Amino acid sequence: MVSSSVAINKSTGAKAALGRTSVRRRISRILIYSILILGSLVTVFPFAWLLRSSVMEMGQIFIMPPEWIPRPFAWNNYPDALTTVPFGLYFGNTLKIVVGVIIGTILSSSLAAFSFARLRWRGRDRIFGLLLTTMMLPYAVTLIPTFILWRNLQLVNTFAPLVLPAWFGAPFYIFLLRQFFMGIPFELDEAAYVDGASPLYVYWSVILPLAKPALIVVSIFSFMGVWNDLLGPVIYLTDPNKFTVAVGLAQFTGMYTAQWHLLMAASVVVLLPVILLFFVAQKYFIQGIALTGLKG
Amino acid sequence: MASRSTAFSLSKMESRWGIIMAAPAVLGFVIWQLGPMVASLAISFTEWSVVSSPKFIGLDNFAKLFSRDPLFWKSLYATAYYTFLGVPLVIASAFIVAMVLNQKVKGLAIFRTVFYFPSVVPAVANSVLWLWIFNPDFGLLNTALEYFRLPGFLWIYDEAQVIPSLVLMSVWGMGNTMIIFLAGLQGVPQHYYEAAEIDGANALQKWQYVTIPMISSVIFFNLVMGIIGTFQVFAQAYVMTNGGPNNSSLFMVYYLFQNAFEYGRMGYASALAWVLFLIILLFTLVVFRSSPAWVYYESERRS
Repeated sequence: MVSSSVAINKSTGAKAALGRTSVRRRISRILIYSILILGSLVTVFPFAWLLRSSVMEMGQIFIMPPEWIPRPFAWNNYPDALTTVPFGLYFGNTLKIVVGVIIGTILSSSLAAFSFARLRWRGRDRIFGLLLTTMMLPYAVTLIPTFILWRNLQLVNTFAPLVLPAWFGAPFYIFLLRQFFMGIPFELDEAAYVDGASPLYVYWSVILPLAKPALIVVSIFSFMGVWNDLLGPVIYLTDPNKFTVAVGLAQFTGMYTAQWHLLMAASVVVLLPVILLFFVAQKYFIQGIALTGLKG
Repeated sequence: MASRSTAFSLSKMESRWGIIMAAPAVLGFVIWQLGPMVASLAISFTEWSVVSSPKFIGLDNFAKLFSRDPLFWKSLYATAYYTFLGVPLVIASAFIVAMVLNQKVKGLAIFRTVFYFPSVVPAVANSVLWLWIFNPDFGLLNTALEYFRLPGFLWIYDEAQVIPSLVLMSVWGMGNTMIIFLAGLQGVPQHYYEAAEIDGANALQKWQYVTIPMISSVIFFNLVMGIIGTFQVFAQAYVMTNGGPNNSSLFMVYYLFQNAFEYGRMGYASALAWVLFLIILLFTLVVFRSSPAWVYYESERRS
């Protein structure tokens, strides 16, 4: 601090410096944890608010200043919300789309990724590069012609427009899987080829079993994609019997804006599968996201 | 001789299977990306309400967009405002949280989960939740402000406040960006910091000369993805604001959606789509072009 002080002998000087750094360290630690805890509270608060509102009676929701403990717990908000709008039906619809999309994405994207990562053929890298550029293409550009195509095929109001494209590989997942496949030792393929195996066998019996973590990541991401998608179902599904959960909730919002307690309960229901999935497979979420960013 | 012929047949087999296995993806690229892209450009030169057949009108749609449609300018302004306020704030806050989490904190897994969590919330559920949080009379935000004896806001119900409110909401959902930063930070080799320490660098210098260059490529990635993503915001307008109040949150994709699927103006909407595309392309190119000046890649050292 006072650098001009002359008479301090070396050992006390070192001690003072040590003391100073440990104080500085402690302050920075306090600062770090304050930021983290404050940030966490701010992040969690909206969820607490959501949960509280979802089990309150309508009257109590609007009491000012707000109360945090529901009196009584209005559990029937949930069955009420689920019957006001046929969410069971919407869940079934969404599930059908989810299953179709995940199977299609996994098969087609891993097949292409295998080809791009582990087979040598002319023009391979150029075509892969071309596929990647579409990650930057806004979906708005392809939206209208694609819609017209499905309309001419008379497949609007079916799940086909939402499921079928997934069977033709998605560039983002191809990229992700290719990254992963590149990390598997090539000796495995070579050994199999020496034994007379075909690339299809190597893909199915050698690479895919080793790529399970990456396949799980892709499944999770595609599940989230379908579960969260709003624009697609809004455009293609006009028959209320075909609605997905996301569209159902959006419609609910439009119709019952005053009934916040039911709206909140419905939102919790839509959130729940994602929350469960997240806590079961958190490791894969984090891995997958890290994988996408690292090779940016 | 024998081995040479097996090598030959192997490479032939590889290229045959390679093409077969990549075929669905290439076909998908042609059907779902390239084809519609070309078609959408063609449609943008026509006047086409879905029921009639398209009529070629040259550049009229674009002329109308730029000179006779005040809503287009409003929508462009709202989208640009949202992007240029939101992306830097999201990146900055995600970066700060990632930096803090990278300080060998206790309970890293818990904090990481908490901060990441909002970004897995489906956009619709998120919009409903924030509709409630922004409620001027009974919402969480005004209640909290009142608790501290501060005046409340109208949030998304006010022309001037709607975009900053939606930006606030997007900052809350920055967990995805944060995880990417955290992965980048954890990938910085520890010995770089040690070397800097030996050279007498203080914390700020280590940050400036080691951390920033080492993760500049991650910042670049997040910047590009952020711009592309926020320019295409839709759910918030559809669920929360309907583009209002007074069209001040009429985001471009929402305006496009209205034109195409509510007014049935396919030609006009396609023109809008292409303008959006070109704008995104322009800003992405600007970022790419500027990147050699500030993005550091490991491989550069060797050349």
